[in-house]
Amino acid sequence: MILDGKSPSGPLSQKWSKYCQDMKLVNPSNKRKYNIIVVGTGLAGASAAATLGELGYNVESFCYQDSPRRAHSIAAQGGINAAKNYNNDGDSIYRLFYDTIKGGDFRSRESNVYRLAEISGNIIDQCVASGVPFARDYAGYLETRSFGGAQVSRTFFSRGQTGQQLLLGAYSALSRQVKLGTVKLHPRTEMLDLVVVDGEAKGITVRDMVTGQISSYAGDAVCLCTGGYINVYFLSTNAQGCSVTAGYRAYKKGAFFANPCYTQIHPTCIPVTGEHQSKLTLMSESLRNDGRIWVPKKKGDKRPFNEIPEADRDYYLERKYPSYGNLAPRDISSRAAKEACDEGRGVGPTGYGVYLDFADSIKRLGEDTIRARYGNLFEMYERITDENGYKQPMRIYPAAHYAMGGLWVDYNLMSNLPGLFVLGEANFSDHGANRLGASALMQGLGDGYFVIPNTISSYLVSTKPGKVKLDHPEFKKSQEEVSTMTKKLLSINGKRSPKEFWRDLGKVMWNNVGMARSEQSLKEAINKIPEIREEFWKNVKVVGSGTELNQELEKAGRIADFLEFGELLARDALHRNESCGGHFRTEYQTAEGEAKRDDANYCYVGAWGYKGADKEPELHKEPLTFETLHLAERSYK
Amino acid sequence: MNLKLFVWRQKGPNSQGKLEQLEAKNISPDMSFLEMLDEVNEDLIKQGKETIAFDHDCREGICGTCSQIINGIPHGGQERTTTCQLHMRKFKDGDSIYIEPWRAKAFPLVKDLIVDRGALDRIIQAGGYMSNHTGGSADGNAVLIPKPDAEVAMDAAECIGCGACVAACPNGSAMLFTAAKVTQLAMLPQGKIEAAKRVCLMTEQMLKEGFGNCGNHYECQAACPKGIKVSFIAKLNREFMKASV
Repeated sequence: MILDGKSPSGPLSQKWSKYCQDMKLVNPSNKRKYNIIVVGTGLAGASAAATLGELGYNVESFCYQDSPRRAHSIAAQGGINAAKNYNNDGDSIYRLFYDTIKGGDFRSRESNVYRLAEISGNIIDQCVASGVPFARDYAGYLETRSFGGAQVSRTFFSRGQTGQQLLLGAYSALSRQVKLGTVKLHPRTEMLDLVVVDGEAKGITVRDMVTGQISSYAGDAVCLCTGGYINVYFLSTNAQGCSVTAGYRAYKKGAFFANPCYTQIHPTCIPVTGEHQSKLTLMSESLRNDGRIWVPKKKGDKRPFNEIPEADRDYYLERKYPSYGNLAPRDISSRAAKEACDEGRGVGPTGYGVYLDFADSIKRLGEDTIRARYGNLFEMYERITDENGYKQPMRIYPAAHYAMGGLWVDYNLMSNLPGLFVLGEANFSDHGANRLGASALMQGLGDGYFVIPNTISSYLVSTKPGKVKLDHPEFKKSQEEVSTMTKKLLSINGKRSPKEFWRDLGKVMWNNVGMARSEQSLKEAINKIPEIREEFWKNVKVVGSGTELNQELEKAGRIADFLEFGELLARDALHRNESCGGHFRTEYQTAEGEAKRDDANYCYVGAWGYKGADKEPELHKEPLTFETLHLAERSYK
Repeated sequence: MNLKLFVWRQKGPNSQGKLEQLEAKNISPDMSFLEMLDEVNEDLIKQGKETIAFDHDCREGICGTCSQIINGIPHGGQERTTTCQLHMRKFKDGDSIYIEPWRAKAFPLVKDLIVDRGALDRIIQAGGYMSNHTGGSADGNAVLIPKPDAEVAMDAAECIGCGACVAACPNGSAMLFTAAKVTQLAMLPQGKIEAAKRVCLMTEQMLKEGFGNCGNHYECQAACPKGIKVSFIAKLNREFMKASV
């Protein structure tokens, strides 16, 4: 099937304003008759639920955490982009749009990205109004910093905790609506199924994580704001509870999953120490503003850092990409680190690490300035590694971090299933094959505060409120499916814990479908993953019962989905015979080892449709047309 | 290293709880405290026993989910460190470690080490926000904010809402938590407009939830993983006085 992204016609810069002028509105007095389900309370979910509540809709908000304030957006450190041009350094909506498209290696939809750049400034204004304490200069003006993939300084920040401050801003707005009675919160509640009636999303089935009770909620529209799937790699920078479950179960109910192979491996994370590792910790990319990345020039050079003279050091990013240097985009920086380590030039006990060195900046600016800029990151680094980043270079290595792929949505952020909206990282829409730093926060809040309040009404005007009630047989069926799966997981009583299977899957994903992929490695993964899955369903041991708080059961359910989804990801990577952004196929590279796109054959969004267990998924395509930009080789040299 | 653990086990809010003795074997100093518990749980699974339930999520010290009293101190006593960021190199081979949930009247126990901190959400719902609408906000630079004020607001805003302050306080008071939000918003020009109403609503909710009053023990500041200072409680009291006179 050829998918229609439903971009409005007309010149790029006028599409969104024209859309807003033309759209149909729901009468204010009718809004409260509409019940809207919002799953997830991160930046996208909290801002969407708050804003929809504010408009007068009746909102039910769900999250698996004990409080909406704990969603993983909270961990974003560096900042949020906006085309304010406060610094007079040549920024504009067009430039942010261009940087984002280019950063995404020309694999995103022009109209969506332009809209995002257009509303980026409003996001900052909105956040300031809701009490986000952004960094200010001595005259009281907003400060900015530089981030990867941009030559202007457009990233607004709150120390190294920007995600936290933005999320708490959205959480405050959400809390206000809870008090006003427009939003009802359901914490410690996990969505386990999407209920589809006559082809439209009309509700969800959830498990109460305290009592184990399985129940359903009916809604006139469902918004999934459930984050990314990068925990499919087992070790990642995501929180332990982040999963693909909500999105994947929607996929099994007919929603298309787009570009799952676009995964982001973040270059600046603390290296792995051993098998016990449960997660990887990211050090904000903002560190690359002042830190210089290097490895020894010679293979196997085991001298301590302070005995390696300048002449024997390879500042490889500065060497290969002189105009962007240490601020080259994430995919390029990660791959360069991997190459250096694969050549035997890595540092640290495992050889999988590169130096991030602040010595020059400390000499130039003083330790106090560096401390003021990144103090909390240096503290965090020391807590984890027991090393002092002011006295010796930090050691970093890439780690799985973000998912550009996600459920397919059109310009309205609506999936191919009418009534199902997907926001933030959970959708595929704005970052193409690689996301630039500080753009995830922008997209999450943009979708929730400014896009969905407009686009959801276009759908709602076409549907009568309360059309489907909880007594519809589909709800009962959905609850039975969820109960059956829960019972099955508890009944296997095998020999291995859920985590062991997750780790096995993670190893295959990281080695075969990680930073560099080949036809051979992908085919191997497609063979191995079903084996792990099969063993899981025969030999997993889930202790405890289904009628109480049971963290092992929660985990097992999520892993069961990862075990299917990992294969889909590998299939998508295998079908895409080109390299672009975070998807690097070793067969497709330029003479200098850069990603080589194939615009003639692969300039489309690959959206997969579920065809049943053990059946190959069906590929649908949305051709990407570039009306404004010319497809160009992405160069950061 | 090998450790002897005494872990609080309790099936549910109405069941009887007790400290259970468990072994943690072959623990690497590079493990985080929660990774150590992961290992213990994997052992329990092998024995077919129920795992220790504990709250955790981001494991990088920012989501505020993890909440354990370790050897009598919320988050274990390393300065500015959450349970998830505490590493095993701070312990010695053969150590006995006592692990308990947050204990406070306003935090009913859910299971084992998990408590219900919904009361903190309800304090925010009472008034911890600006009553602005989405859209129509003035330009971010329209109202300038002196850097010192923005810095104090940010110091207060660093609170992760973990509730260690409540667990550390002999009175089970949530004054530090409430003070942090009141201060953050009262320091900003946009927040001054509703400051009086906000501080009254939030403190009223705080009392309604069963949190005690501040007795100037300063245990909250010592336990806070984000270094939130008790001087904010003075600010809370001042804001409250201002609102009441």
